[in-house]
Order: sequence, then C-alpha cells, then structure tokens
Amino acid sequence: MINFQYLRTTSTKSALSLLIKDKNSKFLAGGTNLIDLMKRGVTAPEKLIDINHVPLKQIELVGDKIIIGALASNTAVAENTLVKEKLPLLAMALNAGASAQLRNVATVGGNMMQRTRCGYFYDTEMPCNKRQPGSGCGAIGGFNRMHAIFGTSDKCIAVHPSDMCVALVALDAVAVLASTKGERKVLFQDFHRLAGDTPQLDNNLKADEMIVRLEIPVNNLAKNSNYLKVRDRASYAFALVSVAAALEISNNKISDVRLAMGGVAHKPWRLTASENFLKGKEPSLENFEQAAKLAMTDAKGFGENDFKLQMAPNTIIEALTVAKSKA
Amino acid sequence: MENRIIKDENDRVDGVFKVTGKAKYFAEYELPGLTYGVLVTSTITKGKITTLDTKAAEKAPGVLAVISHLNKPSAPAYEQEGGSPFKIFYTDKIFFNGQPIAIVVANTFERATYAASLVKATYAKEDFNTDFEKAIADSKAKKLQGQPDYKRGVENAYKTAEVKIEAKYHLPIETHNPMELHGIIADWRPNSQVTVYAKTQGVKATQGTIANVFKIPIENIQVNSEFVGGGFGMALRTWPLEIATVMASKHLSKPVKLVITRMQMFTMVGNRPAAVQTIGLGASKDGKLTGITHRAFGETSAYENFTEGVVNMAKFMYQCDNVNTQYTVVPVDLGVPIWMRGPGEATGAFALESAIDEMAHALDMDPLDFRIKNDPERDQQRDKPFSDKNIKEAYKIGAQKIGWNERKNKPGSLVEGQWKTGFGVSIGVFNANRGRASVKGILKADGSLVLQSATSDIGPGTGTGMTLIASKITGIPVGKITFELGDSSLPPAPSQGGSATLSTVGSAVNDVCVSLKSTIAELAANSNMDATSNFVDVLKKNNLPSIEVTKQSSAGKEREEYSMYSFSIHFVKVKVHSLTGVVKVDKIISVGDSGTIVSPKTARSQMVGGAVGGVGMALTEESVIDHRYGRYINNNFADYHVPVNADIPEIEVHFINKPDPYINPMGAKGMGEIALIGFSAAVANAVFNATGKRIRTLPITPDKILASA
Repeated sequence: MINFQYLRTTSTKSALSLLIKDKNSKFLAGGTNLIDLMKRGVTAPEKLIDINHVPLKQIELVGDKIIIGALASNTAVAENTLVKEKLPLLAMALNAGASAQLRNVATVGGNMMQRTRCGYFYDTEMPCNKRQPGSGCGAIGGFNRMHAIFGTSDKCIAVHPSDMCVALVALDAVAVLASTKGERKVLFQDFHRLAGDTPQLDNNLKADEMIVRLEIPVNNLAKNSNYLKVRDRASYAFALVSVAAALEISNNKISDVRLAMGGVAHKPWRLTASENFLKGKEPSLENFEQAAKLAMTDAKGFGENDFKLQMAPNTIIEALTVAKSKA
Repeated sequence: MENRIIKDENDRVDGVFKVTGKAKYFAEYELPGLTYGVLVTSTITKGKITTLDTKAAEKAPGVLAVISHLNKPSAPAYEQEGGSPFKIFYTDKIFFNGQPIAIVVANTFERATYAASLVKATYAKEDFNTDFEKAIADSKAKKLQGQPDYKRGVENAYKTAEVKIEAKYHLPIETHNPMELHGIIADWRPNSQVTVYAKTQGVKATQGTIANVFKIPIENIQVNSEFVGGGFGMALRTWPLEIATVMASKHLSKPVKLVITRMQMFTMVGNRPAAVQTIGLGASKDGKLTGITHRAFGETSAYENFTEGVVNMAKFMYQCDNVNTQYTVVPVDLGVPIWMRGPGEATGAFALESAIDEMAHALDMDPLDFRIKNDPERDQQRDKPFSDKNIKEAYKIGAQKIGWNERKNKPGSLVEGQWKTGFGVSIGVFNANRGRASVKGILKADGSLVLQSATSDIGPGTGTGMTLIASKITGIPVGKITFELGDSSLPPAPSQGGSATLSTVGSAVNDVCVSLKSTIAELAANSNMDATSNFVDVLKKNNLPSIEVTKQSSAGKEREEYSMYSFSIHFVKVKVHSLTGVVKVDKIISVGDSGTIVSPKTARSQMVGGAVGGVGMALTEESVIDHRYGRYINNNFADYHVPVNADIPEIEVHFINKPDPYINPMGAKGMGEIALIGFSAAVANAVFNATGKRIRTLPITPDKILASA
C-alpha cells in the first residue's frame, strides 16, 4: 500500500468541496472493497475522504417513496422494518450478499460503487482493460467461469458483483447524486454502464458527484417477491447467476412484474422483454418458461461460463415459481 | 498455564486461552528491535532473473536491507552441490510464478510492504507448463514412478470379470489455507545463537533444518511454537521463506518477522497435488470383487519431487485376490506440493470409493451390502491379521443414524418439488502409526504434574489428550496437570503429522506416568507408608520437592505381527436442486473406528473438522490457475471457497471406542486423517443417488450438475 492522506468530514457540502479539490481523492465509506483494491495496488488514491460521519443514514417513508441514505449500512437496510415490509426483495438481495460482517460495515453507496471481482482486475501482473485500458482482457480466453453473458464487449466481460443493485434495478429505484452545483436524479437502470469501449468506467457518476440517497417507489409487489442467488457456497460467494423476481397477481393474471439478473452482465441486468411478455398473462410455468427463454436472446458464453446459458433461464423459472408460491 | 478454567475434565485445556486471545501465536511475539520482512515474488513462471533493481527500495523510508541472490548472506549448505535446485537467494533461476526472489526488511510492516513494491526484476523467460492434465497427455513430458508398482494375483483382472466398470477421476489442486498465515520470527544473535518463533508442525524438524542450512550446532537453535493456527500439513516442512527470514536476521543482526500474504499462501507453502486416477473394478454377478486396478497420476514440481499414498487403500481395503496399482508423478512448473489432511489417501479414496459405488450400482446392489460383502477379514497386502477392525459395526451405526432405510437404490427416486434427495456412504482408512518420542514428567509436592515434550499442536487438542492419559493413570485431576509442548528444548518428539501424535507421544506419557507411580509406591514402601498414600504426602515425608523421570517410547514387535489401521465410515444425505444444480448437504454421520477414544470432546472436534474439510473437497475447493501465465486466479478467501457455516448441517459423530489390543498402551489410534479420508466420495455417491449424475471431477459445483447428462 502506498501512503495516502486521510481526511474526515461531517457534511455533504464539505465532502463535495474536498472531492473537487483533488482529482486523486476518493470517498471512504465501509471500505470493504476500496481497501482491498488499495492493498492489491489496483488503486492508489492520494486522499481518502472519510464520509462515515456525514448524516446520510436515513431510512424513511416519504409520500409513496422509501428514502434510503447512501451511508445506511447493508445490515441496517436489510433489517429495517419498513424495507422488510414494503420492499422485501431489497432485504432478500442484501442478505444474499457478502457475509454478515461485511454487511455490517458496507454501505448502500459503497455497494453501488464496488468494482468487479474479476481475478484479472485484481492481479496487477495480468492484463485487464478495466484496470489498465489497452492492456487486454485476461478473462477472454482465460478463467471466465464467473463472467458475463449479456452486453459484453471485446474489451471486457466482467460482471458487476452486487446483489443489492439487482433488486434496486428491478424496483425502479432512483439514485440521487449531489455535486456542488446541486442534485440530479438518475434511474437506477442508467446508473451502471456496459463495458463497451470504456470498461474502466463502471457507472455514470461524475468525478465531482456523490451518491446521497436512493428513492424507491412503493409498489404492490411485496407479497410475491423473491431473490434467488445461485452460488458455489451458501454464503459469502458471488453469484454464478442471481434473479430478482417480483409479481403482482390479481385474478390469476400478472398485473405487474419485475425481473432482473445479477452475475450475468457489467451492470444489473433488467429483463424488460420478459417482463413485457408476462404482463397480463397467467402466472403459469409455461409462461415462466417462455419468459426465461426470451431473457436469453442475445446471451453469449465465453467457454467456462457457457453453463450460465442453461443456469440463467433455469434460475429465472425457479425464482418466478417461488415468488408466485409465496402466500 | 495459569487461570485455567476447567468446567469438565474433557474440556480443551487451552480452550480459554484460545477464545480470550491469550494463546500467543508466532506472529504475536514482540521482540525488542523487531524488524519486518516482506517478500518480493517472481512475476514469471520459468526462467532466470536478469536484473534486479533494488535501489529505490533501499532508499525508501525505514528500509534496513533488501536481500536477494545479489547479496545473499552465508548459508553453507546452499554453497554445496546437490539437493533441491531451489535454494533461496542462492539461485537466479525461477521455478514457479510467485517464487520469493527477495526479502525487504524495514522498521515497520507498512514500509517494508511499500518498499517491496519498488523492487523491479527483469527476466529471461522460458517456456513453461503449469497444466497438470496437459503434462499427463504430453508424451514428451517427464513422468516418474511415485511408488513401486504393486501386483497381487492377475494384473487387470477386472477386464475379464462378469461385471466390470472403469472410470477416470479428477481432483484439482487444493490449498490448505489455515486461518493463520505462514511466516516466522527469526532472531540471530552473536555467536550464532538463533531463536525462532515459528508456525510449525514440528519444532525439532524446524530446528534441524535451520542447523543444517546454516551449519550451526543444533543446540544453538531454539524453536518456539506453542500455538499454531491450523496447519493441515502445510507446516510440515521449513519452507524457503523461513530460511530467507533467518538469513535476513543473520545479515542484520536484528530480529526479523515475516508473515506472508493470503495470495502467497497459494504459491510458496505447498498444496494438495492435483490427481488424475483411473479405477477398474471387476466383480462376479453375485457381488464379489474379482479385480481392482488403480492407476494414478499425481502432480509434483519440476524442482523437487513429492509423492504420497494415493493408491495405498486399493491394496488392502477390500477382499480381492487380484489387485494392481501404479502411481506416477508428473512435474509441472508450480511450487512443490505437500501433504494436505488425509493426504494421498484422501485423493485415492475419492476415486476408489466412488468406483465401489459405481460397481454396486452396476450390480444393482445396495452399496452398503456390497461393501460388507467384500469386507476383508485379513490384510491381503501384508498377509497379516488386522490388529483391530470394527467396520461392520460402524456401518450399522451409521446406517441407522442417517436413515439408510429411506434410501432407494434407484437414483432419482426421492423427489420433493425441485429437490432430489440422495444418500451416500464411503470408508476412510489410514495407517495407525506409532513413532518414537520422549516425555519428561515432573511430579511436584504441591500436587501438580508437569509433562514436557517437543511435540506440536496444530489444533487437535494434543495437550488435552495427553493430560487425560496422565490423569487416568495417576489419578491426578486434569486441572493439576500441565502438558508443555512447542519448544525445541524439551525432550524430542516427531512432527505432528500422519495422525500419530496421540499414539506416539501419548505412549511416552503413559510410560512416564506408570514410572512415576511406581517410584511413589517404592518411596512409600521405603518410608513405611501405606501403598495407597497420596503422592504429595509421600514426597513431603521424603523431603522431596519433586521427582522427575524421562522416558522414551516406541513401537515394538507387534507392528510386525499385525496390520494396524484406523477406519472411518462417512454417511451423507444430500439434496440437489434440479434447476440450479445446487447441492445442499443435509445430514452427516461420521463413525470413527480408531481404538480407544482418549479425549472425547477433541476427538469429536477432529471428526467434525474433517467432515467440514470433506465438504470443501467435495463441493467447493479448487485452486484455479491461468495456464497462459502460470498464475493463480482465485488466491483469496472470497474466491477460494472453503465451506461456511451455512454449507454445513449438524454433524453427528460416533465412535466404536474399543481399544486396539496391540497398538499402544492406550489402545488408541490416530484419527486426524480418517476424519477426511473418503468423505468426498460419500458426497459424490449421495449426489449420484439423488440425481443419477456421476460427477468424477471435484469439486461438485452447480455447473457440473447441470452439465452432466
């Protein structure tokens, strides 16, 4: 690790003014990913601005939205009564992520900002276009069992590792980003990016911005929500494939449906075509199978991750089946 | 040890120390003037260092020295010809990626870490191969006999059997990954007096290695290793990185501490070698084995050979007149492997015990009945009776506890929604060893007994076992007995490996206690005291503050007359999800048949730990290498999956607990290895029973379940 300056701040305003002062500074929240990246030499910020004391930990219902501060811990959100009652999909996704110890310190904003877990990204002796643009992609033709099948580019096939973000994209969350010029709102769907020709960019947060909160519209999907994560061990493992599924069923018809996947793309992957197919239809196995099939249009394996082409639709079917069966 | 809280005489004697942080591990010793070493490692897989630029590192704040092949301190053994070509800092050759090529020593760990990042090497690269399966397939690749071929009866008799199976099994590299990172503190003082705080399974072995490399008298070297945070075999040798640290201390005349990183744990302190095995089994239609052929390829390194007992079990575990085995080691350009719990026997048992299950299926027999039908009465390999073997009883207990009667012989019969249930069984066996050890006993007039031996404890509860043996013989309560270990100045004992410590050191404890008891009886008789007098009274009457005795103990002729093994039977119930391929272990019953159980709590812990390791071997553990670069990809705890609590159901452990009449005075046999050996096959067999899918490549991850037809 290389020496860095540690600063601590207690307000959004001062955090933002510190941030713009120095291009080589980074916010420190839970630090569960950033510190690892610093230890591995993947990143070397000159200044760490500790924002843990900025009061952004609120979880509250305002009108028809649930507001969650960017610094609320993953555990605080997952165990919040309001979240459990109105947005159980989010609680389930959070609890499927990391380990209890990590969730206790990891924050909502940090979770959104975490980098991929691709092994080539972490090993500075290996090629990686995300870490070092132009150096090549180690995972293409290498160990890519954990890698993307959707929206890949010839520059990068890494996946976004978050579970929480998969639920948030399904829930139509809005990220509120602040800068010294004011706030702007971004649909969660548009927060993360595909790798394209710029795999070094994970998201659309600008260099002078800070995530301050999420706004999540309350919905009627709570009862039939399910987050299913398939992984190599039962806890503390990244998804091979995960599916956030939520249904609103009335008169045996699907009146609203949300489907998103994790572990399959450079960003949380919303299954819009499958959702459109299911809307207005019966929640039957046949329809779930058809929706799963639709989801796989344009999916592409890279060798070791070819199994995802089968596991992904299977998991969609199972996630929907379990979501439906919840009484 | 003070403040010992004994709630139950079977409690772990150092349990309170471990859970309160009072147990001191090697890295926790604070020596005056302690300095910190960090290793620089090679970024190529094979070749030569052409330049090594250490200038920037040497100028970095707090740096005391950068030691490499350019300025190596004297290590006389490395100046001689012969031995392993990987003599740290005495070669510019690179044998594997991640090989230590320099050690940077600074006055803080952080400074050393930073300075290490400034050392720049250039290399002349050579072609390499880290892909073991490719090396096997390559007809030009070097292949060496790992063990003499074995043949009993007709070779490959299975080929002409009424019913035959032949199958190939693959095991990837596994990495020990104990919680505690490897390393050492070395303190080289004037006159070549060396003290080290080590993470070692053998303080005497570490002492001997250092003496040998630096050609200094063994008495000059003090090795301390009271607590070890897990070893699983990786601390059974003194690694080059430890020698590097001693060199650094010698060079600087300061104590140097080195703790390697988790990533470095994958490259420089060994691994369970990958293996490819072919088993052929033949049987008569009524289910008697008529032929066993076991051929194995094991991974080794290009610079040192490593072999283990992969094909041992096939030679004696089943009644069969025709058996042949072959074990070949194939070098790849990786760090040399080392024994990992259960060692080669665990590797071999995965293949053999899977194949036995495959044969039972081919015969349409219950695999338990098939095993019982082929259970040997006598060791056919050595042509000797077993000293003690209660396998049939163990099968019976395990079958009853797991609910074997619910099992259907037809795979895929037990279905509930998307979950399919299956049952599997396997056997584990390991040589019941007994070596030579010395123990000193000091019986004191304050009513206490101190026992000392230079053995180690990597966690199984050595002190607890020894204390219980002593208490049983002397009648002294366990709270008054202290067992001291992990100190090379104590009476010699072998390294803790091969499940032999309780048998070996315990026998010497037994002899010491018997001797002390008879001395007390003599003293009592001489001073006209009652033969049943308390030893405290006897010592006081004789004005003796204490008496002491040292005994060396080793096996006798009994080992020539009997074949001695420990056995375990593992029963596993799994649920497999049809759509996602997820395997959940639902229930585990392990039955140990290893003679007398001296220390019931720590024995149970051993079996539980072995089962957890077995779940890891079966379902999650695999060290992945990108063979284009020769570098490990998943070299951290997030990506190298050891099982977590959520993967493990309640584990039930049962023991036969009958003394082996011949092995040693306690009748107790080792059980560290058998806890793991065979376990992975029980899981694979249960997966087959649940799904009809036979997975012959570990670990059994969800993708393999989905891919399998």
